[in-house]
Amino acid sequence: MISLTEYLIVASLLFGLGVAGIILNRKNIIVILMSLELILLAVNTNFVAFSYFLHNITGQIFVFFLLTVAASEAAIGLAILVVMYRRDGSIEVEKLDTLKG
Amino acid sequence: MFLHIDFYIFAAIAILAAFKVVTTRYPVQGVLSLVVTFFAMAGIWMTLRAEFLSLILILVYVGAVMTLFLFVVMMLSVKVEARRKGFVHYLPFGILIVLLLVAMTMVAIGGGHFGLTQMPAPPDLPADYSNIAHLGEVLYTHYAYPFEIAGVLLLAAIIAAITLTHRGPRHRKVQQVNKQVAVKRADSVRLVKMPAEKKT
Repeated sequence: MISLTEYLIVASLLFGLGVAGIILNRKNIIVILMSLELILLAVNTNFVAFSYFLHNITGQIFVFFLLTVAASEAAIGLAILVVMYRRDGSIEVEKLDTLKG
Repeated sequence: MFLHIDFYIFAAIAILAAFKVVTTRYPVQGVLSLVVTFFAMAGIWMTLRAEFLSLILILVYVGAVMTLFLFVVMMLSVKVEARRKGFVHYLPFGILIVLLLVAMTMVAIGGGHFGLTQMPAPPDLPADYSNIAHLGEVLYTHYAYPFEIAGVLLLAAIIAAITLTHRGPRHRKVQQVNKQVAVKRADSVRLVKMPAEKKT
């Protein structure tokens, strides 16, 4: 049988790759959004794995709601991206200094 | 045993594709690699007996969200050259952070804590077990209220996305009949008095 540890290791590797994508990418916001999706996928995998090993369906319910939230987040994020591209003509992270933060 | 081999194949595909997502130079390749990752993770979720969520991952994520990503990537013209400027500069820092993060997680989730002895695999489910029925029973009774809120959230997301990107009809060049009819002579004709030119 596959142990819980193996599922968690796969999820943690995915999570690490997602975090690496956010840190390394300084140019393209789309890649940052995709890294965010990777991180959410890793978290969802953890939920499903624990739900299976603890005989508790609540984890899967939670993943269901997480998918809803992630889908709306992706939709709004991409909409903001399109608006930004129309305004500035680029989606580079380094040019996002309108607020001078 | 067969399940174990399956799991490792899916895991390897998922990790490799995720690596490609992070390191690729072209956004379209990144989106397509992310699709591969989602497919592989759907396979892994299938081994966890989460059939409904696994199919939802393929239908909703690959079918809707990734298509949206692909549309946006193809619509915007992202310059490929000079994209790598910051990559090397932040590489050591990024690798250090990620290695620390993953190593600490590995220590926490190692076989000593979540191995098969501590977390034995659940017994095989009966043949007529339906994941969807089980999920639906809980979702529509205990979680009916959050379910409705999720629907409202999606509606809000739709409205937000449309309002953000909708440009309205003001950019169209349409005849405005009322303005055309309401034009007066004084608006467009102006009589100017000029002295006659001298003949030379």
